[in-house]
Amino acid sequence: MSDWMHHLVIAPIVLPMLVCAVLLAFDERRRMLKRLLSLGTAAALVVISAALVWEVDGGRQALPGTPHVYLLGDWPAPFGIVLVADRLSAVMVLLTSILGFTALFYAIARWDRSGPRFHVLFLLLLTGVNGAFLTGDIFNLFVFFEVLLAASYGLVLHGAGEGRTRAGLHYITINIATSLLFLIGVAMIYAVTGTLNMADLATRMATVPPDDLMLFEAGAAILGIAFLVKAGIWPLSFWLPRTYAVSAPPVAAIFAIMTKVGVYVVLRLSSLLFGAESDVAGFADDWLIWAGLATMAYGTLGILATRKLTGVAGHYVMVSSGTLIAAIGMGGEALTAALLFYLASSTLAVGALYLIIEPVERNADEDDMIEGIAEPVFDDEYTGAIEEEENEIGVVIPGTIAILGGGFIFCTLPLAGLPPLSGFIAKFAIIDALFADAPIAPSAWILIALIILSGLATLIAMTRAGIDLLWTPSEDSPPSLSVIEVAPIGLLLAACLALMILAGPVYLYMEGAAAALVDRSAYIDAVRDARRIGEVMP
Amino acid sequence: MEAVLALAIGTLTASGLWLLFRPRTFQVVLGLCLLSYAVNLFIVAAGRLRTDAPPIVGKGAVDPAQFVDPVPQALVLTAIVISFATTALLLVVILAARGLTGTDHVDGEEDDL
Repeated sequence: MSDWMHHLVIAPIVLPMLVCAVLLAFDERRRMLKRLLSLGTAAALVVISAALVWEVDGGRQALPGTPHVYLLGDWPAPFGIVLVADRLSAVMVLLTSILGFTALFYAIARWDRSGPRFHVLFLLLLTGVNGAFLTGDIFNLFVFFEVLLAASYGLVLHGAGEGRTRAGLHYITINIATSLLFLIGVAMIYAVTGTLNMADLATRMATVPPDDLMLFEAGAAILGIAFLVKAGIWPLSFWLPRTYAVSAPPVAAIFAIMTKVGVYVVLRLSSLLFGAESDVAGFADDWLIWAGLATMAYGTLGILATRKLTGVAGHYVMVSSGTLIAAIGMGGEALTAALLFYLASSTLAVGALYLIIEPVERNADEDDMIEGIAEPVFDDEYTGAIEEEENEIGVVIPGTIAILGGGFIFCTLPLAGLPPLSGFIAKFAIIDALFADAPIAPSAWILIALIILSGLATLIAMTRAGIDLLWTPSEDSPPSLSVIEVAPIGLLLAACLALMILAGPVYLYMEGAAAALVDRSAYIDAVRDARRIGEVMP
Repeated sequence: MEAVLALAIGTLTASGLWLLFRPRTFQVVLGLCLLSYAVNLFIVAAGRLRTDAPPIVGKGAVDPAQFVDPVPQALVLTAIVISFATTALLLVVILAARGLTGTDHVDGEEDDL
């Protein structure tokens, strides 16, 4: 491995942090410079993370799929902090980079002007998210969580206004309280095992005396609750739809990855600590399954009950977290691969949805917007139906409406899980993996039913909104729509399309990631055998 | 020593939680502060307690079991800084919310009594 390749692992953390510091030095009037720098960084991150995925997935090593371990400060493994890039981490970083680049691109249309230091906060958020995906140390994970949360506090409030301040107040309070739970969990785990390194933790589990095991489980449970709050799992999720609904669109789009950070950590820790080889295998699996299913049910009802598109999107984020958490609880290699594919697909689709909501709603008249639940969904459809029919042929659909409508339909397809885009394969793979086990558990049946029902609910809600916002003729002139806004939405949808076309190789990659999660020895060995610089290979 | 520390952590947590569930924003901030004190003490306790001993490791052979684990103390330092900074940010948001909504209720509006 050449030298610069070795430092690839830390680049997704260091690069945005450095640029962030540089951007602070310029004042807000040098907007073009800031935009160029931050957009360039985001683009570089896409390239770097793609290289990381390639390198981890085989690249030039003899044994494909070996995790890359980076010793910070060149301290040996359990004593210093390690960064670990395996297939799962690498693909999560890639997902973050793609979403980050598109959201930032979109923000340049106008959103970065609605408040100070947007770019700095945005890059800081990317630093934190990438760090959380790459770190192999639970306390370092806490630090990166705080970095991403601190940046997200600023971003939620970006653009100011009463709604954002109110929602931000709840969001910040809940997350500070959650961070305290995180700390309690980390302290308890450290007190029992004496280590913070995740791989070391997994090996030391075996030496924990049975009396202390309960203390360890309590610590892990408290830690788990902290992550489930971040993932937006019912009943810890009431903050989520409102916060996401009031945030600026590019902010909401990048927040789509933040719930996935919680999901990622649950997946990582449950596979390392409570995997099949562990003494306490399957710890809390039932809790995860039922909490996930409850979240899906709640989210599905929420999708049907809310009339605003932002509300639909917020509840869809919950449904997708719930699906992932329930699938993590059920475990198994095939299901894990399927859920990783679903994670990638749903994150990209939700990101695209958040970006397209604002231009679509901008088009609607104020009084067209359906606010209250008591109001009818549509104005009486039959009034004047005959007259409209007469000149139906002559109606010209304005270009922007056509683009928006097309984009909206293509957003709906992966969200609802309809065939031509990646959402279908993702849901199909999960259901297929669930059917693979001979006696299908009742919870698996419920999961299958909820996956299908939530897709249907999404389709209904999106169709309703689409008819109301795009189809209904409006007297106003069509909205202005800039290329800067359309391009990122197109990019995200193209990524969904690419997931569909390249489903084969992507799925093989996800299967590799899932296999590494089930058989945790590769991860543990890689961390334990990590060589310091200058140390001779044995 | 253990009993005193446990009592202190318990009292702080209980008061912090009670304040956290109060309807005024300032009470919530105080609750979060008390909770973070409790958590910080808890982390220190995770590294073993030892009284009446110098905090310096002497020369020669050292029995590590006789000393307090230094790692949790480093963790506490990080935790203190982070919770201090986030609380300061929360205070700013609370002031902004007070100005925008005209009330210090956590929901931004008074309950209808």
